[in-house]
Amino acid sequence: MDKTVKDVEEALSGIEDGATIAIGGFFAAGVPRILLRALADKGVKNLTLACGSGPLLGAKGELDALLSNGQIGKVIDSYGLFRSATKGGQHPFEQQVRSGEIELEVYPMGTLAEKYRMAGAGIPASFLPVGAGSMVESSIITNIEDHRKPRETRVINGQTCILEYALKPDFALIHANTGDAEGNLCYRKTARNFNHVMATAARVTIAEVENLVSPGDLSPESVHTPGIFVKRVLQVPRITFDITAL
Amino acid sequence: MALKKFEGLPREVIALRVSQEIEDNSYVNLGIGIPTLVSNWLEGRDVILQSEIGMLKTGSLAEGGDIDQDLINASCQPVLEAQGTVYFDICESFAMIRGGHVDVTVMGAFQVTPTGDFASWMNPSRGLNGVGNIGGSMDLATGAKKLFIAMEHTTNDGSPKIVRELTYPATARKKANKIFTDLAVIEVIPEGLLLKEIFPGLSVDDIQSVTEPKLLVSPDLKEIEL
Repeated sequence: MDKTVKDVEEALSGIEDGATIAIGGFFAAGVPRILLRALADKGVKNLTLACGSGPLLGAKGELDALLSNGQIGKVIDSYGLFRSATKGGQHPFEQQVRSGEIELEVYPMGTLAEKYRMAGAGIPASFLPVGAGSMVESSIITNIEDHRKPRETRVINGQTCILEYALKPDFALIHANTGDAEGNLCYRKTARNFNHVMATAARVTIAEVENLVSPGDLSPESVHTPGIFVKRVLQVPRITFDITAL
Repeated sequence: MALKKFEGLPREVIALRVSQEIEDNSYVNLGIGIPTLVSNWLEGRDVILQSEIGMLKTGSLAEGGDIDQDLINASCQPVLEAQGTVYFDICESFAMIRGGHVDVTVMGAFQVTPTGDFASWMNPSRGLNGVGNIGGSMDLATGAKKLFIAMEHTTNDGSPKIVRELTYPATARKKANKIFTDLAVIEVIPEGLLLKEIFPGLSVDDIQSVTEPKLLVSPDLKEIEL
């Protein structure tokens, strides 16, 4: 099976306006920068970018390009805002969240991870204890008031739990250090983070890999994401960046 | 506005005091801010740091040529591997956290109450229509076996951060076990807040004057020892 694609256009084919796209990465680590840049170049609009922990803050050039094209309708994240209120207040992303032009929906990080895991594992919903006694328990946390749907809760073993639904993106853009043509992937150090679970969750998972190898070259015991979860593989150069610049 | 009333421990030294409370053979997760500084005092100790990005045995901060763009902690600081570092994905990381496998969690806070409720994830004055950065804070609080809060005793303008009821949005309820500030060490017990240690030179009345709820005073009250 050969899942390699020749260029970014082929990698992103089929992504249309209104798509929900998972974006791998945790701040600056393991973000699919080349695919994000290509998404900006493609120009599709009204996108929901389903993140894990601030990959758009870690790929600011790509975020700026998506913003200036007006492509983002909604972001789902656990840590989507700049840590510094001063820096954040000056950034167009936060300004558009404040004005309501962009919706920001927020979940606890582990809950968000579990929402992707459920989507990948065919579990429609589950009860999680995280967020009990906080705003998470009363409604969906979003800057758009009309979208603050109340949550269903149940007391299990004396603990209030919140019904969380699977989050199934149409596409996932992920980054791996090494992959083979059949989509088996290995990540490097903490760049793994949300990439694996998002690969399992999406209808179409597109992986950019810094090193493309032949099937059989990866040690079978060391594969992190088995190829069954991956539809397309694009070889990309390793982009070096300043991890401290966030 | 009133200015800060008392000078106490610098942030690094609050972190040192917290580190003394962490037992050897513990798995520990450190939040952003003063908690991150605790790692500086754990070198050489048999304590394993869990980082929610997906790493066990997180090493010290990396500098210069040792910086690796694929190796950061959950505060996005470049770090080093330690001997025996392990990496894993985010679901496994939060299984450790939510599943109660982390022995000690240290977090910062805007506010803490006598029942151990605390607020850390959103400052409403930022004016973002009810959204903020939750990150891993609620998951960490839910699964914590022991939850330490490390913070300044008051805000910059001198207002108490130890309050009767939260006015900031809660991170979790009834979870904080101990509070370490620049002025005091306070334990959360069923009867309320037990003042156990105070900054040398300050009196119980001094601490009470910058603390909203009435403090209980330990019969073994002593100066903060480092």
